[in-house]
Amino acid sequence: MLRRSATLLKTSCLRRFSVQHGIRQMSSNTEIEGDKSVVDGLDKAELETMNLFTAINSGLAVALESDPTACIFGEDVAFGGVFRCTMGLKDKFGGKRVFNTPLCEQGIAGLAIGMATNGVTAIAEMQFADYIFPAFDQIVNEAAKYRYRSGNQFDCGRLTIRTPYGAVGHGGLYHSQSPEAYFAHTPGLKVVVPSTPREAKGLLLASIRDPNPVVYMEPKWLYRSAVETVPLGDYEIPLSKGRIVQSGSDVTVVGWGAQLHVLAEAVKKAKEEQQISCELIDLRTLYPWDEEIVFESVRKTGRLIVSHEAPVTCGLGAEISARVQEECFLHLEAPIRRVCGYDTPFPLVFEKLYYPDMLKNLEAVKDTVDF
Amino acid sequence: MLRSLAPRLVAAVCSSLSTRVGVSSSRAAFKAPSTSFLPTLSAAAAASSPAHRLFSSAPNYDQREFVGELNVIRSDGANLPCYRVLSPQGEVLDAAHDPELGEETLVKMYETMILMNTLDNVCYDVQRQGRISFYMTNYGESASHLGSAAVLKKDDVIYGQYRELGVLLWRGYTLENIMNQLYSNHLDLGKGRQMPVHYGSRELNFHTISSPLATQIPQASGAGYALRHVHGNTDACCVCYFGDGAASEGDFHAALNFAATLDSPTIFFCRNNGYAISTPVHEQYRGDGIAARGPGYGIDTIRVDGNDLFAVYNVMAKARKIATEESRPVLVEAMSYRVGHHSTSDDSTRYRGADEIEYWKKNDAPETRLRGYLEARGWWSQEREDEELKATRKRVLSALKDAEGRKKPGIDQIFHDTYAEVPPHLERQQAQLTEHLNTQGIHYPLTDFHK
Repeated sequence: MLRRSATLLKTSCLRRFSVQHGIRQMSSNTEIEGDKSVVDGLDKAELETMNLFTAINSGLAVALESDPTACIFGEDVAFGGVFRCTMGLKDKFGGKRVFNTPLCEQGIAGLAIGMATNGVTAIAEMQFADYIFPAFDQIVNEAAKYRYRSGNQFDCGRLTIRTPYGAVGHGGLYHSQSPEAYFAHTPGLKVVVPSTPREAKGLLLASIRDPNPVVYMEPKWLYRSAVETVPLGDYEIPLSKGRIVQSGSDVTVVGWGAQLHVLAEAVKKAKEEQQISCELIDLRTLYPWDEEIVFESVRKTGRLIVSHEAPVTCGLGAEISARVQEECFLHLEAPIRRVCGYDTPFPLVFEKLYYPDMLKNLEAVKDTVDF
Repeated sequence: MLRSLAPRLVAAVCSSLSTRVGVSSSRAAFKAPSTSFLPTLSAAAAASSPAHRLFSSAPNYDQREFVGELNVIRSDGANLPCYRVLSPQGEVLDAAHDPELGEETLVKMYETMILMNTLDNVCYDVQRQGRISFYMTNYGESASHLGSAAVLKKDDVIYGQYRELGVLLWRGYTLENIMNQLYSNHLDLGKGRQMPVHYGSRELNFHTISSPLATQIPQASGAGYALRHVHGNTDACCVCYFGDGAASEGDFHAALNFAATLDSPTIFFCRNNGYAISTPVHEQYRGDGIAARGPGYGIDTIRVDGNDLFAVYNVMAKARKIATEESRPVLVEAMSYRVGHHSTSDDSTRYRGADEIEYWKKNDAPETRLRGYLEARGWWSQEREDEELKATRKRVLSALKDAEGRKKPGIDQIFHDTYAEVPPHLERQQAQLTEHLNTQGIHYPLTDFHK
């Protein structure tokens, strides 16, 4: 069956792609790292160099260690998962807490909600965000509304749904989607997207422990390619708090997930070639999102660019743009720019042209400064 | 060989323990080739696999049965039998199956049936008068509700669809709870957020009803799993009620498959009342009801006369025993008839004859059967019936009046409970509404709401 391929991210494939997709090369050209304060003060024995899936794995292990009710389940999680995020967890915590489900996303979501509303910390995996849609009814109509409709007698706060999202170089329509906007339009849900391994573990633990249902979207592009030191222990990065990745004075650039690395490159080039100083913001939580950090930045710079892989129309760039013009109208020196995917399904052979890459973002930075 | 599958199917589901359906290979025409190179299940895995419990669809190549005759299993409506204890007139057909619940319990059940009918009568009329916005009656299904609810224990977790009033009442949901919910007032446990009949009670372990159909079914698979495999509770089960129409939803199929593979102690109780709004069952499915689907998922199954209180009770007791003792799901299909309209938004005479409805009311009513049994033992009489009807109506109208007079919840309840906390953007939106009401408040019915 061509529907899914567990071999998508074989190491050898990825190396080839990082050379071909020079525009999206990671780690060698950029120095995007996670929040430094998370590793400050820790000595070497408490840290380990990890890639994103190892960091996720570490976070999941901490979650199961610290909470005896925590369970992880979904398709193929028992042997380690198609992206290796759940390696070794079944051996460590047993088959009652780490288990495979039948191939059925609506079942996974329904089961997860039933567990979460009955005293279990339910960590469900949707193998690809592209396949989350059969579960949409359960997530949007049930999980998100459980507390509200029951008058707070019941709640689905112990639910976390993890799912790989985003472009991977060769994913096409059904292995590349970024469906965050559908969920960010649903009151009652939280949507979280990490951008580095260190961020991923901390945000994952915060999401699991947050008393609200969270859709946690993992940028599959970064599973192997993003590498940094990550604390071995238990730590959290707060939800709904963005971070300034890099301070600047001329243009505010907002992104999240894998796109942050693309933006970091664009921002670097803008400085090198045009002496434009950009302030790069990682939103981390897409819903509810940290408005203040963006407003404060735009009041300083007067210019805003939002960039995401998802199609531009009704993407989160639209929401951010709307709020910024509501609150910072008189500070704006130029129209807000969105550098996003086109309003087409995600094409395979055209990915390099479709993608909101470094060049398009660099162009936008220059344009907004020249306005 | 395959033609004989149907009776074997019946035998398999009627026996209390799962049996391996052994199939003799007297007609095998092929000799299986050497299979030493193929992977096989270990004996332990084979013994524990649910697939092995019912049918010989063994993954082991050696154990597959190959036949030389081409026999398509014609789906010709082989019918699973329907278990009954009480005749429609209230006579016990086999005394050995009388659960002998006793005068006190049975009288209480009958009085609850009267309460259900009175509530339904009053609330339906009250909706017609425009005093509540919506209502759904339960006529014809009281035996399904009470017979099943009476078996359950306090810690059992219950999910419903919307036509389970008797289950709620038997658990202890009060008249006040009901009326407050129907009127969406400030004492509503649900804080006025949902349409009438969307009941829920944390205290009674009855999860709040939601409108989307069948969504509760896979949740029940998860709840059962949580009870048994995470919390280690060996004397609790999850029960999930749903209708014949809801059982067409994908969530039903997902739920049963999950419950089976994960050994959830969940009882799936299908109220087959013949209709999903206007859609009769022959337009809802082509197979032998919902019960026939159970074995397909590897789930123990029984069909029962849903209008027979004792039969439902016995079946539920057995189902609960299987679920809790063996940690596995059970499918119960209770055959009944939806005497009332789907809801107050429906006029069912538009799609079915009044004579059909009359037939069921006259010839097969759950109340009639129980009353027959009670009166035969001198535990009930016409005099008591008259008294009880009068007293019940009085109680119901009094609770209605109280609920009607209460204010709705405070306006701030719009913004609470979307999340555990009230996030900044909702605080801002609440402030926007407050500001709007400061100047425009006179155009809104603000006095309806609690301060």
